[in-house]
Amino acid sequence: MYSEKVMDHFMNPRNVGEIENADGVGQVGNMKCGDIMKVYLKIENNIITDAKFKTFGCGAAVATSSMATELIKGKTVEEAEKLTNKAVLEALDGLPPAKIHCSVLAEEAIAAAIKDYKMKQGIDVSDMQTCQGCCGKCGETRE
Amino acid sequence: MDRKLIYVDHAATTYIKPEVLEAMKPYLTELYGNPSSIYYLGRESKKAIDEARSQIARCLGAQPQEIYFTGSGTEADNWAIKGAAYANRKKGRHIITSAIEHHAVLEPVEFLRREGFEVTYLPVDQNGFVNPADLEKAIRPDTILVSIMYANNEIGTIQPIKELAGIAKNKGVIFHTDAVQAMGNIRVNVMDLGVDLLSMSAHKFYGPKGVGCLYVRKGVQLEGFMHGGAQERKKRAGTENVSGIVGMAAALKLAYENIDRYNEHLRKLSSRLIDKVFERIPHVRLNGDRHKRLPGNVNFSFEFIEGESLLLMLDMKGVQASSGSACTSGSLDPSHVLLAIGLPHEIAHGSLRITFGEKNTEEDVDYIVDCLEEIVAKLRQMSPLYEDFVKRNKG
Ligand SMILES: Cc1ncc(COP(=O)(O)O)c(C=O)c1O
Ligand code: FES
Repeated sequence: MYSEKVMDHFMNPRNVGEIENADGVGQVGNMKCGDIMKVYLKIENNIITDAKFKTFGCGAAVATSSMATELIKGKTVEEAEKLTNKAVLEALDGLPPAKIHCSVLAEEAIAAAIKDYKMKQGIDVSDMQTCQGCCGKCGETRE
Repeated sequence: MDRKLIYVDHAATTYIKPEVLEAMKPYLTELYGNPSSIYYLGRESKKAIDEARSQIARCLGAQPQEIYFTGSGTEADNWAIKGAAYANRKKGRHIITSAIEHHAVLEPVEFLRREGFEVTYLPVDQNGFVNPADLEKAIRPDTILVSIMYANNEIGTIQPIKELAGIAKNKGVIFHTDAVQAMGNIRVNVMDLGVDLLSMSAHKFYGPKGVGCLYVRKGVQLEGFMHGGAQERKKRAGTENVSGIVGMAAALKLAYENIDRYNEHLRKLSSRLIDKVFERIPHVRLNGDRHKRLPGNVNFSFEFIEGESLLLMLDMKGVQASSGSACTSGSLDPSHVLLAIGLPHEIAHGSLRITFGEKNTEEDVDYIVDCLEEIVAKLRQMSPLYEDFVKRNKG
């Protein structure tokens, strides 16, 4: 049911962990969808020098977190912001239809971490939205 | 290197025992006649079905004419529920079932609700038991059917079926039980239980897949299910699955002969697993009752981790198990059974079901415990929930 790439990133996830004093931290998902992703970013001179994650979720959730953090390391904040769930999907050779929402969650976790970074920098984020549509249930429990 | 495989998902299905396969073989090869044909080959097939029917009736304490063969446990459940509802709808349109039934019961009940029947779902307590007093209260003058499963497929809880059936009987309501998981593990006797309808499925007790049976107590009004030829006394049309039926009877006979030894074997493995897991892995709970459960069923929730990840990692180590997690069922919601016993979502998502069978050994148990210890620790290291928990406990 999962591609080899997905299984590889699930069994040997890259970038698991936390970053102390991270410059941006984002957490998305909720217990209703059964997936929670937390992303930590280290950002120096607008470059993402390190990215780490912790994920509660299925195999696809772990693999998409791993791949998404891989894809943004070394990128500028603007580049990372443009990361789409489609890019994550392609990099993983696809996911079963029921698991597409996991890739959306990964995109949103990165976006949430960047939003946090910008807020800490005092940048206006009122036009940034995060966590919308992975499962539609988060509206019920999001604070 | 041969891949090490440890199959501990016997509640999902079992292999066919060699003796059962031997009994089936002639009807797959040389004795292939249609049981409805009057010549020798037809008569041989008919005879085999009659013998199987008598054999199953003897095991259940029923009459042969009360046994109807079906194409699966799901079909037996569907037939029992829709057949009883349609045959008795002039008396009323109210059906009672429980919150933790298999989908093979919940879905036909839901279908009937859409067709205008009314449904009451009895709740269960934290171990998955239906309270007989709740059933007593739920029965109304227009109640026509009660359907409560004998043993639960996820958490193994064994219901007080005799008491529940007695309550329905006193009020003149038909009582059906889905005994698909119980059969082969519990010595089921329909006279003793007092049930009117009972479903079973051969592939859960070392028989073939795609064959089941519905016990229908004499006198119970039941609409036919398949309309066509005159098979199964015109109630279930379709050329009989002769080898399957023969295999089901052979498997049930074997199961009844060995049931005490089999139970003891399973109970020993389950206890060993439960004890060792509690000893070595923190933050784990056993779902279902510690004692009144199917002897080979163990269902754990490991806090802070998610079931599918756990299953995938177990699979990489050759352990074939199952979960009540959302991701394995294709929906985002965790198992309705685990939610019904009151587990919060995050704990329901982290469940693991292990169901032992005859070939499992104590070494299998020890291997599984080693795997679990390693995998649970690895997944917790990856879990933001565990991180929060650790930080909360520090601060
Ligand atoms: C309790 C219960 N009822 C019904 C069924 C369905 O049986 P079958 O697979 O023969 O359709 C199962 C098996 O999955 C079950 O566990
Ligand atoms: S977590 Fe489900 S919609 Fe955001």
